[in-house]
Amino acid sequence: MNREQLRAIVLEELSAIAPDIDITHLDDRARLRDEYDLDSMDALNLLTAVHQRLGVNIPESDYARMQSLQALLDYLEPRMKR
Amino acid sequence: MPSLGADMEAGTLVEWQVAPGDRVEKGQIIAVVETAKGAIDVEVFEDGVVEECYVEPDTKVPVGTPLARIGSGERVIVERPGPVPETGAETEPAAAEAAIPEPGAVPPPFPEPPPFPELPPAPGPAPVSTSVPEGGRAPASPAVRRRARELGVSLDTLSGSGPGGAIVLRDLDRAASDEPISERLPAGGFDRDEMRQAIAASMSRAKREIPHYYLATTLDLHAAERWLADYNQDRPPAARLLMAALFMKATARALSRYPDLNGHYDKQGFHPAERVDLGMAIHLRGGGLIAPALRNTEALALPALMSRLQDLVQRARSGGLRASELSSASATVTALGERGVDTVYGVIHPPQVAMVGFGSMRRRPLAVDEMLAIRPAVNVSLAADHRVCDGHLGALFLNEIDAQLQHPEAL
Repeated sequence: MNREQLRAIVLEELSAIAPDIDITHLDDRARLRDEYDLDSMDALNLLTAVHQRLGVNIPESDYARMQSLQALLDYLEPRMKR
Repeated sequence: MPSLGADMEAGTLVEWQVAPGDRVEKGQIIAVVETAKGAIDVEVFEDGVVEECYVEPDTKVPVGTPLARIGSGERVIVERPGPVPETGAETEPAAAEAAIPEPGAVPPPFPEPPPFPELPPAPGPAPVSTSVPEGGRAPASPAVRRRARELGVSLDTLSGSGPGGAIVLRDLDRAASDEPISERLPAGGFDRDEMRQAIAASMSRAKREIPHYYLATTLDLHAAERWLADYNQDRPPAARLLMAALFMKATARALSRYPDLNGHYDKQGFHPAERVDLGMAIHLRGGGLIAPALRNTEALALPALMSRLQDLVQRARSGGLRASELSSASATVTALGERGVDTVYGVIHPPQVAMVGFGSMRRRPLAVDEMLAIRPAVNVSLAADHRVCDGHLGALFLNEIDAQLQHPEAL
């Protein structure tokens, strides 16, 4: 799976959690929490969806690294290839 | 029509999920009503048989209007040709029959139900027609009405191709594909202006009638955070807990020890609630606020409480809350800390008498024993009704929340 495909899947799940976000104009570097108003439950639901869809179990200790979509994709990409 | 909050005056019956003659059980969802808070499922509060439905779908009626009669099943007044299948199959239009209360029957404590509007005659091999009966609403089965709501299509704008001019599923699908997306209902299923008005009415009443007093204190979350990190470490995201679940449980326990903060205040005065049904203020994306209740919060183990919380948030945002969840909260928790504020100064949601607010969880310098330590901490606040209790009790209550959160393993 390449990064574009990965991005499309994550965006699809993000869109299901926060339907008001315009995913066609999403700034990959913006902080999801501040810019797109994701709260901790939204974030947990996103990680749950990522786990179920992609099989990557992100431990809570790594939450701090998932500030933006770009950071999340950076985290996921190497773990997809294993 | 149930009251789903002090601010609600009327609601629109959207559809029946039962028909006269159906046996219903306590807690079963029997109808859907549309309110300022979106589409709400209405449950029945007793076992019995639906004897008669008083209100037609798509009718707006004041709070307190009887919607249906539930009884032993001896006086069933059938208004439909038969039970309506749930499968979404095309069904015949309903045959109306005037509702005439039997002599000697127990008089209902409500005004007489209005007579039903004229509907087409009983079904038969009727010729296909596209006319809608004059002065009446377009006939359509509950399955069609449900689908119309999902699609955001108004039945009034359609002409039916079914028997007697009834709107059937194929009419809907055609209309839905023609209709521009902008004219459909918003995704959340609520009207933002109406919700704003409902919040305005409720909060104005709170500030007019309730003499609030406010208290706040800082809680050390060291123990709670360590326990939570340990709990979540080996669990997949779907089984993890959020601190909010611990806040809810600790608050529920403290409320059950201080019943003067848990209940409702009406014209007769204060009525403590029998158990803690803790409301959770949920911010709706796109604007709006709703505070459904977690029934019997104190009895829920943390994993169950967490999944109920997730379920409530999801249903609050997508529609599908139940009437009992919106009307029954005995006190409410709000957690604005997510948005980075330290302290919440809550406004009580009438007829409740307490609002507990959790601010942001942050690392802060705290004096621990004789040392200065950097600890995760949160400001918890209480807004309470001075007609019912005083600040002394409120202070004891906040201390009890603190004590509960120092032993997260026991929550």
